[in-house]
Amino acid sequence: MASAFSATKFTLLNSTTPRSHDNQPLYDPLKSTTSFLGSTRKLCFTSFPKLNIHNSQRRSPVVAVSEAVKEKKLKSTSNLLITKEEGLVLYEDMVLGRAFEDMCAQMYYRGKMFGFVHLYNGQEAVSTGFIKLLKKEDYVVSTYRDHVHALSKGVPARAVMSELFGKTTGCCRGQGGSMHMFSKEHNVLGGFAFIGEGIPVATGAAFTSKYKREVLKEADSEDVTLAFFGDGTCNNGQFFECLNMAALWKLPIVFVVENNLWAIGMSHLRATSDPEIWKKGPAFGMPGVHVDGMDVLKVREVAKEAIGRARMGGGPTLVECETYRFRGHSLADPDELRDPAEKAHYAARDPITFLKKYIIENELASEAELKAIEKKIDEVVEDAVEFADESPLPPRSQLLENVFADPKGFGIGPDGRYRCEDPKFTQGTAHV
Amino acid sequence: MATVFHGLGAAMGLTASNSFDCKKLLLPSRRSFLERKASLLLVRSDGSGNLNVGSNSRARRAEQLITNAVATKADNSAPSTASKSGHELLLFEALREGLEEEMERDPTVCVMGEDVGHYGGSYKVTKGLATKYGDLRVLDTPIAENSFTGMGIGAAMTGLRPVVEGMNMGFLLLAFNQISNNCGMLHYTSGGQFKIPIVIRGPGGVGRQLGAEHSQRLESYFQSIPGIQMVACSTPYNAKGLMKAAIRSENPVILFEHVLLYNLKERIPDEEYICNLEEAEMVRPGEHVTILTYSRMRYHVMQAAKTLVNKGYDPEVIDIRSLKPFDLYTIGNSVKKTHRVLIVEECMRTGGIGASLTAAITENFHDYLDAAIVCLSSQDVPTPYAGTLEEWTVVQPAQIVTAVEQLCQ
Repeated sequence: MASAFSATKFTLLNSTTPRSHDNQPLYDPLKSTTSFLGSTRKLCFTSFPKLNIHNSQRRSPVVAVSEAVKEKKLKSTSNLLITKEEGLVLYEDMVLGRAFEDMCAQMYYRGKMFGFVHLYNGQEAVSTGFIKLLKKEDYVVSTYRDHVHALSKGVPARAVMSELFGKTTGCCRGQGGSMHMFSKEHNVLGGFAFIGEGIPVATGAAFTSKYKREVLKEADSEDVTLAFFGDGTCNNGQFFECLNMAALWKLPIVFVVENNLWAIGMSHLRATSDPEIWKKGPAFGMPGVHVDGMDVLKVREVAKEAIGRARMGGGPTLVECETYRFRGHSLADPDELRDPAEKAHYAARDPITFLKKYIIENELASEAELKAIEKKIDEVVEDAVEFADESPLPPRSQLLENVFADPKGFGIGPDGRYRCEDPKFTQGTAHV
Repeated sequence: MATVFHGLGAAMGLTASNSFDCKKLLLPSRRSFLERKASLLLVRSDGSGNLNVGSNSRARRAEQLITNAVATKADNSAPSTASKSGHELLLFEALREGLEEEMERDPTVCVMGEDVGHYGGSYKVTKGLATKYGDLRVLDTPIAENSFTGMGIGAAMTGLRPVVEGMNMGFLLLAFNQISNNCGMLHYTSGGQFKIPIVIRGPGGVGRQLGAEHSQRLESYFQSIPGIQMVACSTPYNAKGLMKAAIRSENPVILFEHVLLYNLKERIPDEEYICNLEEAEMVRPGEHVTILTYSRMRYHVMQAAKTLVNKGYDPEVIDIRSLKPFDLYTIGNSVKKTHRVLIVEECMRTGGIGASLTAAITENFHDYLDAAIVCLSSQDVPTPYAGTLEEWTVVQPAQIVTAVEQLCQ
């Protein structure tokens, strides 16, 4: 039985009424003239009668982006959503994400990586659509499905693959693993194993941005934080608590829900009283937006607006991206519960195929150029695997490093010296 | 919740006035409250300006004799006791002073918690700070412990040094997820890339008939979390010193205060000082038995010590202060001298700090012990409301005296 909810789409203006605050937001969505186009088509699965669709009378005409653009093209030639350079960047990023994750699956089954590995196949549009708009100083916080977020933000494929292999050259020295991708250089704040755990951390990073501007007077605009999480997390207390705080203090954060309709084997509709997550934004006083997460261009348009608002002090946005994971929840998940028809439906809307079609049809690049990118990515991924294979495993001496930023935290031993001064410590053989 | 604390504030004699002049706080009501419970000795508001904790002066003189394990920049072994310089204040004011000095010194130090801003903190530790530093730097959070602790951790990862206040330590149970998973572990799982210089502080312990949930001792629950340090303050001197040290530390530190100790009065130095986070404090040197304690039980022990001295015993009292990690040097030296150990704590019998300390001492100093270690802890009972029952769940001085007598036979 098909259990996906119907993808009714609403414009940003009509669907949200942010509560008025005492201090006027810099950006007032009610006065904006932008609107974004919804998804290509309504899903043909039955919509549940209990679904409360308030704004049905205000539904905007649902039209495919490519169609609308094609029409416009007849009138003018430069009305595309992206330039050639942007298109190629987006394409390369999504192909990297896909190729990397496919290689992860291979490596896992070959016994090179262990534990829980959660792959991102199918959701690339969300990561690419959002993260490619960020600056280096902006922060990204993710969940356990974080390989591609790290890659999009700029963490080298070599570092991520080494981390997955548990080698010392990994981005976290092999100490984090698949679910804990961190990068200080690229401002990737994790990688969290428990769901919802990263959202308060993201809120904290946004708080620091605001603090830097208002208290330390270090910046004119605020570094934006993106918090990625799934549909299951939206029933968790941390989600709601952070929506409240972010809206209350107008923190520069965008909450990106990657609604892939399934939390392991739990369908979103079976777990949630009101499955339309975007609606929960206005309840806290921030705009809530629903977007087709299989179309990178639509995601990018929404992201531009949300990130722009956050950067100029307009506060948070809740963006629900309807997307789908082509593989199981993790590599250990047999994925027997999902309806093959549902999977086929979304497989037909593969975001990479979509973008490729768009680029070629709008003559932004040739097939050959795209093939060259794919070949380049294959080489990057192969190189990453080679690098990870050849990298050394962490030595014993690494065991006790990094437990504390200040190793005096291990305390004073019976001989009166700090334990960290004991040579056994640096060898990793001391007992703490 | 707010009404409880408002009432509690009145019961504890916290002044509602804006003045912080020590002399004005010597209200007769406070004296009667404090002397009602015989076990909480030594906190007399007799207006004479005496050091209220008599043993403390002896302790500080004794501290001059201890060689520090590591020479710290701000040497805490010789505070200015002899001179009458310095100023008198209450423990909660000492905490505020330490916090304010650090906020002045470093603009990235900020405070987050429930009612820390406009209300000034439910125990007045942050009073006046919001007016001085603004609403963002002294942040009044909504009631969402897990999330605002996580927010503090995220802020710490990205460059700030937050001080998160749990209105009562028990509320931090709601933040256990963030404290264990993120606070303790993130430095390690990120391969050392992100440090988390956060301070989590708040009052805990058994108070004045506060009921089971407000009387919890969270140090026993948190002690297993790798990557954090825990300290417990017991006097205004070490409260200020530990607060400053905790804020300056690059590690996440949990600072345990005690609800009943906020009104302790003491004269502390005018000069800047910090207390070493990893060191224990020698309160009273002795020969016959080592008594290890922390926080409020220190005062029960000192009261018992008076009785013991009269009976001819010479107990050595050490306030361990650092609950994680233990200062095994100070403790070890003491065990090697006296060969008998008594641990007096407020934690539960099962899995408390005393249990860990017993294990650590047995492991390291077994050969030096003449008798088995005795550990006096609170009963494994949810703290009852009734005053009589509550008294019987925590360790009383009489029990300490009996235990020492048995140990020294």
